[in-house]
Amino acid sequence: MKLSTLLASAALALGLAGGAYADAHGKTKVGFVFVGPVGDGGWTYEHNQGRLALEEEFGDQVETVFVESVAEGPDSERVMTQMALDGADLIFTTSFGYMDPTINVAAKFPDVKFEHATGYKRADNVATYSARFYEGRAIQGHIAGKMTKSNIVGYIGSFPIPEVIRGINSAYIHAKKVNPDVEFKIIWAYTWFDPAKEADAAKVLIEQGADVVLQHTDSTAPQAAAQEAGNVVTFGQASDMAQYAPFPRVSSIIDDWAPYYIERTKAVMDGTWTSTDTWDGIGPGMVAIGEISDAVPADVKEEALALKASIADGSYHPFTGPLKKQDGSDFLAEGETADDGTLAGMNFYVEGITGDIPN
Amino acid sequence: MIRLEKRPQASQVFSWATPLLAVLATMFFGGLLFAALGKDPITSILTIFWQPLFGDFAFYYRPQLLIKGAPLVLIAIGLSLGFKAGIWNIGAEGQYIMGAIFGAATGLAFYPTESFLIFPLMILAGALGGLVWAMIPAVLKVKFGTNEILVSLMLVYVAEQFLASMSLGLLKNPEGFGFPGSRNLQQYPSAHNAELIAGSGMHWGVVAALIAVIFAYVLLARHQLGFAIRVTGEAPRAAKFSGVNPTRLVLFCMGMSGLLAGLAGMFEVAGPAGQITIDFNVGYGFTAIIVAFLGRLHPIGILLAGGLMALTYIGGDIAQSQLGLPAAAIQVFQGMLLFFLLAFDLFTNYRLRFGRAEVA
Amino acid sequence: MDLSAINPLLFVAGFLVAATPLIFAALGELVVEKSGVLNLGVEGMMIIGAICGFATAVETGSPLLGFAAAAVGGAALSLLFAFLTQITLANQVASGLALTLFGLGFSALLGQSYVGVKPPRLDEVNFGLLHDIPVLGPILFSHDIILYLGFAMVVAVWALLKFTRAGLILRAVGESHDAAHALGYKVVRIRTLAIMFGGACAGLGGAYISLIRVPQWTEGMTAGVGWIALALVVFASWKPWRLLLGAYLFGGITQLQLNLQGAGVAIPVEYLAMSPYIITILVLVVLSADKSAAPASLGRNFHASS
Repeated sequence: MKLSTLLASAALALGLAGGAYADAHGKTKVGFVFVGPVGDGGWTYEHNQGRLALEEEFGDQVETVFVESVAEGPDSERVMTQMALDGADLIFTTSFGYMDPTINVAAKFPDVKFEHATGYKRADNVATYSARFYEGRAIQGHIAGKMTKSNIVGYIGSFPIPEVIRGINSAYIHAKKVNPDVEFKIIWAYTWFDPAKEADAAKVLIEQGADVVLQHTDSTAPQAAAQEAGNVVTFGQASDMAQYAPFPRVSSIIDDWAPYYIERTKAVMDGTWTSTDTWDGIGPGMVAIGEISDAVPADVKEEALALKASIADGSYHPFTGPLKKQDGSDFLAEGETADDGTLAGMNFYVEGITGDIPN
Repeated sequence: MIRLEKRPQASQVFSWATPLLAVLATMFFGGLLFAALGKDPITSILTIFWQPLFGDFAFYYRPQLLIKGAPLVLIAIGLSLGFKAGIWNIGAEGQYIMGAIFGAATGLAFYPTESFLIFPLMILAGALGGLVWAMIPAVLKVKFGTNEILVSLMLVYVAEQFLASMSLGLLKNPEGFGFPGSRNLQQYPSAHNAELIAGSGMHWGVVAALIAVIFAYVLLARHQLGFAIRVTGEAPRAAKFSGVNPTRLVLFCMGMSGLLAGLAGMFEVAGPAGQITIDFNVGYGFTAIIVAFLGRLHPIGILLAGGLMALTYIGGDIAQSQLGLPAAAIQVFQGMLLFFLLAFDLFTNYRLRFGRAEVA
Repeated sequence: MDLSAINPLLFVAGFLVAATPLIFAALGELVVEKSGVLNLGVEGMMIIGAICGFATAVETGSPLLGFAAAAVGGAALSLLFAFLTQITLANQVASGLALTLFGLGFSALLGQSYVGVKPPRLDEVNFGLLHDIPVLGPILFSHDIILYLGFAMVVAVWALLKFTRAGLILRAVGESHDAAHALGYKVVRIRTLAIMFGGACAGLGGAYISLIRVPQWTEGMTAGVGWIALALVVFASWKPWRLLLGAYLFGGITQLQLNLQGAGVAIPVEYLAMSPYIITILVLVVLSADKSAAPASLGRNFHASS
């Protein structure tokens, strides 16, 4: 320690210390740890859009820093520590796998605020946040159920984890509600990121008769496959994918992190930040529904917008009983809504979906 | 006319000078790259090379160099033995994964029993996992003459799929709310590969890496087997005459590299990483191949090369965060470093001659 | 479970498309390895091809120009490898790995402004009546020109290696560079040309992914195809026809896996995903009985005085 302190001050004296101390006062420094490259066009891209919106909002009052493609595990722990050492006031860690590292680093820097996306562990200076994408899935399911002619809806999943299963269930429930004959074909890609495989999965679903394809993967590959097929409906995922509008992309679920990032940064500036567990949906704007294009019949569009409004104002919950699980056992009684704990750990299909969840 | 002439013996001077030259050339061309991206080249280079070692927070980054470098060195040492003898195990990534899975599974099997025996058992299991995975290409090579480069590479992909299966299935944390990934071994004291002195970065994996360096040095310099390895690589025919048993050599070199890679995976999962997840492996097995060559397949060289690679990773992340350099620029920078090291290596074994070719 | 949901015609047509990037990349590597050089940088050259092709197609509006640019880009990157291994005599394994690292990074820098852009589409070749033939029509006559180019190149490489003097020289260099040198062949020049051909092919394969199969640009989008191509060359025991077969097998297993999932068959996806690699290992074992398969000088550097 002693030697290193000595060396450090020597380095500082020589003016070699870089920008470490340059921003000690005034600006609020916000760090972002990204799991993919900001050019992934999906998950990380949208978080980075949120970061840029933050800069736009506060201008000179904030400084944002980010590191992309950070592996989960010790690398992420090092990057978080580095940001904290460099004087970050608030650090957003944007992947589930950063959960334990975030908790570890937060324990060492009690004055720095941390925000971990999609996790469930909190501390005095660690808040968690996530988006209720399943609310958007309900609207997609509704449109899908109305628009399918073959009654086969394809669904591309990444890995069989609660987040993805929740989306499948939500979409299925609402498709089934408007179209009792609808059937879901689910393909697990077993990858977070492999556009070619996503393209193949989409093509296979289309070949097997699906005329609506929903995706829980971030590439535009399914859109392109649908366009080629000509009569297949798709929805943008993560970003709007408007380049494929008005058809095949008829709507989209957009991850909009900007309002949350702005609100939480403001809280740090004002000294009002507390550790919270945020799980926001359409209402607060964390989940945005991309414009429903004119390829959707006017009455369906109207219903979808009404559904969106009722979810947004809280008068309707996408998981409202009566619902049964796939095995026929009771899930929710008449009028009962699923609590967040059940939703967070959802590892079963609802009644009517065929096939098993792998493992 | 310029031509190359092979030196009768590798140049001692150049074997030390070329890495330095390569680093300097990388700094220069890397600086140009950073300038092209609109960043101050001198600040960028200093951020990558100076900050982790002597910057304000070097007290934190220096231990991190050990954590990042240890698995690279441990794996590269094992690989270098085979590479020296012309035995190409490029599937260390798979052996690393299997070591981690075996090690973690052994520890988790005892959860939540506490016993001082668990950690040594995990070490054995981790070594075994890597060993078994490496013995597949080794035995196939010995029995059927199958190309070990390709078999070991194929087994990386098999191991990756196995890892996904384990994190979603058998080893999934029962208290993890359905999320993929095992329990965190950092929270299971008997299985935790903790730092030996808090904040020093020294965990058992670092110790193992240092022991491996010494072991390899002694083996190559003093031991009969080391002689067999060297002579097989340099002159396979001479090796045969001097009574080297090629079968045993293949089994030893592959086995040893697998064992060390397995250990690296086990120490990583029980320590810095903490848990088995789908994305547990981050390419140490492949980077270690580069480290082995950067270190000229010499144990001390590998130690230094591992440190250098770790430095560019850590410094690169700092540069991303402080200067806004994209991760891709750091990757290109690392690629350049390797290119220059490989290219300049020429001068170790050859010298440039100016003038007309002599008639041989 | 409903296996009848799988349409065999579309299934076959599907894996023809899925196999095309593999065919290009592996065919290029086959020629490189035949000349006695092991270039592990296929993934890096593919991703450079993917972005060069994508950017050019977007800027010019012509997918075909994009493919041309992809070939040039891949070949240009491979020149770096050629310089390292042929001129400075660096180790081929390490140089190839470095090439991949560099290519992945460099492509990401090049592609920063192309994320989220939709490329121009390459139309199917118009075969007129042929397209309407039952069974064969949808399988064989409903693709883009590049897919047929891939097929044609397999034939061309096969013929080149088997019947021409150039092919003979290439093989001679790969079998024994010293003997070839003694016979007066320019080993370094021949190998450099082979490496560039490999780079161009890998570039085409990469562009096929970014322009046709997906089509979009994202960082790292080749996602390991280059590594599979390496496996494929060995799987094919350095024979172009077997390479074609192998590419269809590799592509086919992924397609089959996805098809079975879609049909509701409960399959352990991870274990099926392992199977192409395990099959390759088995093929390697079977092939290893045939000692003549691998070029004898593979991976060894050549210097005239040694």
